Amino acid sequence: MKSISKKEGLAGLIFASPWALGFLIFMGYPLVASMYFSLCDYSVLKPPIFVGLDNYISLFKDDLFWTALKNTMLYAVLSLPAGMMTAVILAMLLNTKSKGMAAYRTFFFIPSLVPQVSLAILWRWLLDGEHGILNPILLKVGIHGPNWLGDPGWAKISLVIMGMWGVGNAMLIYLAGLQDVPTQLIEAADLDGANSWQKTLNVTLPMISPVILFNLIMGIIGTLQVFTVPYIMFPNGTPAHATYFYTEYLYDNAFRYHKMGYASAMGWIMFVMILILTIFSLKMSEKHVHYQG
Amino acid sequence: MQSQQKLILARKVLIQITLIGLSIVFLFPFAWLILTALKPIKETMTVPIKWIPSKFMWGNFYDAAVYGHDSLGYYPFVVYARNTIVLCTLIVAGTVASNSVVAYSFARLRWPGRDLAFGITLATMMVPFPVLMVPTFALFRHLEWIGTYRPLWVPSWFGSAFSIFLLRQFFRTIPFELTEAAKLDGASEWRIFRTIVLPLSKAALAVVALFSFMAAWNDFLGPLIYLLDQKNFTLSLGLQFYQSQNGGTSWNLLMAASAMVIAPVIVLFFFTQRLFIQGIAITGLKG
Repeated sequence: MKSISKKEGLAGLIFASPWALGFLIFMGYPLVASMYFSLCDYSVLKPPIFVGLDNYISLFKDDLFWTALKNTMLYAVLSLPAGMMTAVILAMLLNTKSKGMAAYRTFFFIPSLVPQVSLAILWRWLLDGEHGILNPILLKVGIHGPNWLGDPGWAKISLVIMGMWGVGNAMLIYLAGLQDVPTQLIEAADLDGANSWQKTLNVTLPMISPVILFNLIMGIIGTLQVFTVPYIMFPNGTPAHATYFYTEYLYDNAFRYHKMGYASAMGWIMFVMILILTIFSLKMSEKHVHYQG
Repeated sequence: MQSQQKLILARKVLIQITLIGLSIVFLFPFAWLILTALKPIKETMTVPIKWIPSKFMWGNFYDAAVYGHDSLGYYPFVVYARNTIVLCTLIVAGTVASNSVVAYSFARLRWPGRDLAFGITLATMMVPFPVLMVPTFALFRHLEWIGTYRPLWVPSWFGSAFSIFLLRQFFRTIPFELTEAAKLDGASEWRIFRTIVLPLSKAALAVVALFSFMAAWNDFLGPLIYLLDQKNFTLSLGLQFYQSQNGGTSWNLLMAASAMVIAPVIVLFFFTQRLFIQGIAITGLKG
């Protein structure tokens, strides 16, 4: 018996070795190294020179760092709830078991398949100030559309709307969660004379709250890293740096200005922010998230 | 009772109307993409807007696909498509091969520290890519891999947290009696893995392959960092470059090019819909 488990242990380690190597090379080393680089003046062309906390101190005095951070936070605050609400509402509509549900599910899902570069280019065209289609349509229903891409405020809203268009993934996760809600619970609420709104608020939402929490955490991690779409849609954060996001500034520092130490410091600040926000969401949710036995 | 039924009917109708309305909203951008791609250039800029092209320019797709410019060093789209397919193949192969082996270890073999290692693997999903970006670049630069595809596909052969997690969940659902019996007959772990576990896990492997393909097809930041020579560009990079050259001018060709980047993904989705939906549901619920 003992020899079998020894054999099994050896096999286990051998089977796990690709992960162990990958973990050391592509996760362990970069984490330690970027911590060290963040304390160095480092251009990648020359060996790093230790400078202590200089990078962090300069970052705190760097206006563009604060601009990028503020933009990113504001974008997260707008887009996370907007995306989450869209996804939950779509999932609830799909869960009504109406006719043609499979087709609707497909229609709502496919926008999330669009590759980011295509997404950015397509929406630039839809929202284009001169020849875009959205504003003429809005005009038909009597709304004078804004300057979506050129106005600093609306540029961010444009990105939020694009995010709402691509919530398919989250929607499917919620839908699966909704389908897992036991029908007895809904029936019990029916017997108690609850209306749809009460059922949603008091039965359905609490039952899918673990899924909401999961999506929230993944959403925070993803939103803080937003890069490709704004990079392509709004080169250099136009207009007026309103769409210049954290990861863009980090990328520019690393690969445009070769300030790799500075970029690493930004990376660590982002990591710490993600950790804090995640722990915060978990703590907050202890009261509100309901786990089924 | 009568009014009760009327109310239910009214609700049903209302929901149907909402669903139809939302479908139009969600699908409209695709319709506009195709309509623009089929227009002669002049009609993309008319005021008021011309909805339907006077002539369907199917040739736009051909023009966008072979568009090339020696002086700009811009290569035709088909070159980027080939590059992307090569890269995606290497990444999908690596992801499926490495993660199935690793997940087997995490799911069905007992070894000291396994659960801790698995916990660490899950925790790494929280590490944002930008933190790792600089040292990883420095590493690949040291290896003189910058400008090659290696930084983009080699890591996929060493396991990724998300795929390990997904496959592990699935492997654990395979009854242990099946493998115990084989073990008593003296089969090696490798044999059990190959002849029992893998054949039973085709759906889960397909999900992992699908997701890694999508991620590779989509990836922009990776190629942006590591690819230097335009003849090696992927579709994402090529499309972005195309846009920076032609954006604001030939929107019809740009839309045709975009459509060609989007289409394969959507076609793939239609053929694998069930796997896709199951895969996404698993990631959310078991997370």
